[in-house]
Amino acid sequence: MKIKTEAGERHVLAITVDNEAGVLAKITGLFTARGYNIESLTVADITADHALSRITIVTSGPPPIIDQIIAQLDRLVPVHKVIDLNDAGEAHVEREIALVKVAGTGDKRIEALRMADVFRAKVVDTTLTSFIFEITGTSDKVDRFIALMRECGLVEVGRTGVVAIARGSEAL
Amino acid sequence: MTEMSGADMVVQALVDLGVDTVFGYPGGAVLPIYDALYKHPTIKHILVRHEQAATHAAEGYARSTGKPGVVLVTSGPGATNAVTGITDALLDSIPMVVLTGQVPTTLIGTDAFQECDTVGITRHCTKHNYLVMDPDRLGPIMHEAFHIATHGRPGPVVIDIPKNVQVATGTYSVPEFIQHNSYRPQVEPDADAISQAIDMIAAAERPVFYTGGGVINAGPDASAALRQLVSLTGAPITSTLMGLGAFPADDPKWLGMLGMHGTYEANMAMNRADLIIAVGARFDDRVTGRLDAFSPDSKKIHIDIDRSSINKIVPVDLAVVGDAGRALDALIAAWQDKGHKARDLGEWWRRVDGWRATRCLDFPEKKEASAEIMPQRAVKALFDATRGRDPIITTEVGQHQMWAAQHFGFSAPNRWLTSGGLGTMGYGFPAAVGAQIAHPNRLVICIAGEASLQMNIQEMGTVAQYRLPVKIFILNNEWMGMVRQWQELTYESRYSNSYSDSLPDFVKLADAYGWTGLRIDNLGQLEDGIKKMIETPGPVIVDCRVAQLANCFPMIPSGAAHTDMILQPSDVTGTMDDEAKALV
Ligand SMILES: Cc1ncc(C[n+]2csc(CCOP(=O)(O)OP(=O)(O)O)c2C)c(N)n1
Ligand SMILES: [Mg+2]
Repeated sequence: MKIKTEAGERHVLAITVDNEAGVLAKITGLFTARGYNIESLTVADITADHALSRITIVTSGPPPIIDQIIAQLDRLVPVHKVIDLNDAGEAHVEREIALVKVAGTGDKRIEALRMADVFRAKVVDTTLTSFIFEITGTSDKVDRFIALMRECGLVEVGRTGVVAIARGSEAL
Repeated sequence: MTEMSGADMVVQALVDLGVDTVFGYPGGAVLPIYDALYKHPTIKHILVRHEQAATHAAEGYARSTGKPGVVLVTSGPGATNAVTGITDALLDSIPMVVLTGQVPTTLIGTDAFQECDTVGITRHCTKHNYLVMDPDRLGPIMHEAFHIATHGRPGPVVIDIPKNVQVATGTYSVPEFIQHNSYRPQVEPDADAISQAIDMIAAAERPVFYTGGGVINAGPDASAALRQLVSLTGAPITSTLMGLGAFPADDPKWLGMLGMHGTYEANMAMNRADLIIAVGARFDDRVTGRLDAFSPDSKKIHIDIDRSSINKIVPVDLAVVGDAGRALDALIAAWQDKGHKARDLGEWWRRVDGWRATRCLDFPEKKEASAEIMPQRAVKALFDATRGRDPIITTEVGQHQMWAAQHFGFSAPNRWLTSGGLGTMGYGFPAAVGAQIAHPNRLVICIAGEASLQMNIQEMGTVAQYRLPVKIFILNNEWMGMVRQWQELTYESRYSNSYSDSLPDFVKLADAYGWTGLRIDNLGQLEDGIKKMIETPGPVIVDCRVAQLANCFPMIPSGAAHTDMILQPSDVTGTMDDEAKALV
């Protein structure tokens, strides 16, 4: 007997929660306990009094599972609101930052710098044999940049994961 | 607002919240609270013999009264012992508040003596939990915890209280009213959804009500409303294991329980219906059987207080989020406002009667006095003997539980206490203790299996200490019968470790604890034995020897459709394919 798994589409969820101990564990634990995917997760508090945090989760699953994820998140006591930014009519902006360290000399070094320029990546640190680039964009763009840097002496990457926000004048 | 110790605040909050009973067990990390309890004679503390039993007793108390059960245990092993009952309460939506002691805040994280990460361990088996780091927060948290445990879909809440927080002083404050800033379950159903629902019900040709524990949780008024709605519409009704008692079993519209060990008529009606009205039930796998064959031609209305239960397993046509009682009231009002009249469901009822004619709960038995007792007969005899006494029945987990569900008729809610979602052996006896504490003058009977009973049998001491007249009726088949039954069905009767070997002499055990012990060996002794059990004051254990190899039917094997019920032992084959074996 083989165990089957179902493919699904990518969704970006924005969640506001009470900024208290254990909330993140509760949310990530819900994903592991119920077998949902987490592709990326970011969290930071967003109010002046530090009472609320915003969590952005990139997940994937068939539509009924995405619905379940939202309903399950929504019933957790410290969760205020859950929005699926991929819902119809919810056009949104997504950004991710990566710090990309590339080591090399000569042509490789020049090629790295040239491509960074094309991607509008900033040089935030340099030595005679290395650069650290800062690149901001959609995850796709960051992926593509990192893939190119592999050819130019990539040694280390740090990524923030996705933050996202709906377009238009309304708040979550 | 008064200055007092954290421990005093805990007790004061219990008093203010109207708590009369706490089930608990002391230890180093809760000594301050135990000392505070000592000074408050209005709160009765029931000293159990194992913390798991405290949680099940609290569940029994809660399920039989509708009030939250309260548990008090120490840190470390006290808390971990409580985890099974907490999880049980989560799966069966039982309101419960568990107070756990914790090492002082200064020692948290150091692997201190009897330290465990209680909030971490219970995070996913509670509805919510708290670690209280500041005594000033104790008052508000205690009140909020009770609110959360009892509002929306009920469930267990843990409050972990470090010992220094119990000793330190602070200000006790009571929130004026609790409006949690993020937890606000929708109680009132949407009027449009109700209006659509009632039109669907009025138009249906083959409707069935499928109700669950949510109706019981919504209070006795919800059960009354259910009866009224069923009678207005004239539709048949079935319920889950957890929902038994919401609708009277002697009403002609009652089809019996549905699901794996449900009746043929209930499962066939679900399968052939054109409308399912699910109320406070959650389409559990024990109920649906094979999903792609579940009620294929019906529209489905799902009324539930927990939005995440809707469309979780079975996609429905109309969702009504709200309290079951409010929704049922609203449906009745809408039925009357719109002037709906019950349709002629005669054709549908004729089909139902056809399925009923299989008499699926009948069982073969010998009638002479020396014959061995069929377990079903024992349950029926118990039911007959306790009619008119309005007993509270608890069960352990196994065949006896299913036979009790099939053959004991309930006519009111809060009389049937069983572990449905988690299926916890060891639940029934302590739950009976909790129910008896809440109802000192009622007849409380635990229908037990000899194996399950041994999981919390130490509570015989608790019963003796508080002089509780609890009755334990063991359907002793000398087997973990349900396990044996599955081994027969799936593993060609290779009985791996399912025999109840080295059983104690339950009559002598009764004697050792100061109980009365009785033994029933054959059919001729059954009625008198039960009568004696009921009439004997104080706690009684009955070792009722039943047919050892009887199996529980009807049965839908895991992963089979409602229409593929095994009705008789002769329908049983000996093995299954791996797909079926992998199902629980
Ligand atoms: C704590 C726990 N462990 C294991 C099981 C699995 N299990 C389900 S029924 C059963 C046998 C119960 O035997 P008994 O109490 O004698 O009841 P019977 O089926 O014989 O009526 C077992 C082991 C369980 N439900 N709970
Ligand atoms: Mg048994």
